[in-house]
Amino acid sequence: MVKLAIEHLTKRYWRGSREVLALADVSLSVEDGEFMAIVGPSGCGKTTMLNIVAGLLPYEQGVVEIDNKRVAGPGADRAVVFQHSSLLPWRTIIGNIRYGMELQKRFDKHTMQERTEHFVKLVGLSGFERHYPSELSGGMQQRVNLARALAADPKVLLMDEPFAALDAQTREFMQSELLKIWSEARKTVMFITHQINEAIYLADRVVVMSARPGRVKDVFRIPFGRPRTLSLKRDPRFLEIEDTIWQLVEEKPERIGMTV
Amino acid sequence: MSALPPPIDRVAVLPQAQDDVFSPPKRGFFKRNESLILGGGTVFLLLAIWQAFWSAGKISPLFFSGPSAIAARFWDAATHGQLLSDLRYSGINFAIGFALASVAGVILGVIIGWYRRVDMLFGPLLTALYATPRVAMVPLIIIWFGIGMWSKVFIVFITAFFPVLVNTIGGIRAVDNDLLRAARAYCASDWQIFKTVAVPGSVPFILTGLRQGVALGLIGVVVGEMFGGSQGIGFMVAYGGQTFATDTLFVGVLIIAFAGILLTAAAEKLERHFSRWRPER
Repeated sequence: MVKLAIEHLTKRYWRGSREVLALADVSLSVEDGEFMAIVGPSGCGKTTMLNIVAGLLPYEQGVVEIDNKRVAGPGADRAVVFQHSSLLPWRTIIGNIRYGMELQKRFDKHTMQERTEHFVKLVGLSGFERHYPSELSGGMQQRVNLARALAADPKVLLMDEPFAALDAQTREFMQSELLKIWSEARKTVMFITHQINEAIYLADRVVVMSARPGRVKDVFRIPFGRPRTLSLKRDPRFLEIEDTIWQLVEEKPERIGMTV
Repeated sequence: MSALPPPIDRVAVLPQAQDDVFSPPKRGFFKRNESLILGGGTVFLLLAIWQAFWSAGKISPLFFSGPSAIAARFWDAATHGQLLSDLRYSGINFAIGFALASVAGVILGVIIGWYRRVDMLFGPLLTALYATPRVAMVPLIIIWFGIGMWSKVFIVFITAFFPVLVNTIGGIRAVDNDLLRAARAYCASDWQIFKTVAVPGSVPFILTGLRQGVALGLIGVVVGEMFGGSQGIGFMVAYGGQTFATDTLFVGVLIIAFAGILLTAAAEKLERHFSRWRPER
């Protein structure tokens, strides 16, 4: 069953007096419960696409649907995990985790309380309930970011390069944590990243996009079962997929300002 | 012949280093109260020198005064004179003016910071007023309100109002775009964004405004009382000056200074309390 459908989505915007084609005729669909990752070089419009799906950006051409309902603005059926944790610095961790629920007013006080406690535990932040975000490390802040999104009980979880700002070690750790959490929460996920091995490690399918204009180049089905461990990243088959995708997204040298 | 440095005597060096690193530093009475002792010492020393010159008759009471004379004058004014009623008068003027300035400054600041159109309407006018030294308007204010307490209240109001207003506007404007985006993504209404993002985010700014307002409002009440009327600490200072009663003048100045220190410290405490969530700086 298709949860999220994007058909012939085209997005233009104006940069000064120049019109930029950010997305050109993008079509893809995410199945219910599927983990879909989208990789591409910077400028391929992947964040634009996520913003459109989140309802934060308007679109004129094409169709974006969740459960066959057209997306027009933000909705409680989606939740976003941002690249920058975007936590309210004056709220404690539990205050931040309940923030999304509070805004959407879908749960009563008691349920909010229960869900907050549940997701504090699920993301492994027990004992930090009364801390302020500034007292947590970057990795822990992203756990709060994730818990806030999950607590709002969305049908689709949108993740916008959530681990990009973390150091390599924390990043790997958070990837395996995310898989663990996801195996319990079982949401449909659209995960944006520019790291190819992150995409392969996490996702059921990986969409590869090209830059300027952003369009879908190819879609890869990742054949590995779950649960996955980090050692998978050294599996020859994993490396083979990584290499194939790498060649596909490799930027032309002149585009990044180098001449050969 | 050898150019090698002398060998390090590890046995002699290590125990001392260990002492510094591993044993908790000894914190005696002096260490614990260092800043208080040093700061207080300077004040005490200056007072002693001042008093010595005063006692030796080297200072003319016409131009200056001495610590003992000021203390005596203070005691006299507090027990027999008008000091307490002056203090109450000034305190009430300040309190009313400052309270009005805080309320008006925060409310208007929030409105101007939030609505771009309101800012367009009133921005230039407020900038012009903000740039005008408010003290220059005191004679005009006395024409409007007379020499009674309401002219003082208004002067406090107008001096304390602007720092509160300007800081509040700045706080509402400084809303973090990442937080706005997050709130929008969770379907926040404008009112919810206002309540949960804009207002809490501007609290530290508002408190900074209040602290600056306290300092300026104090100047306001003193200047107001100096210009007209026959009561208050400002009047006490002006009257002391006009009658060459330098000890009276000094009593007034010290009271104002003390009030300034006290109120600013209270405002800072409030600021710290509401900034607990901020990273340590």
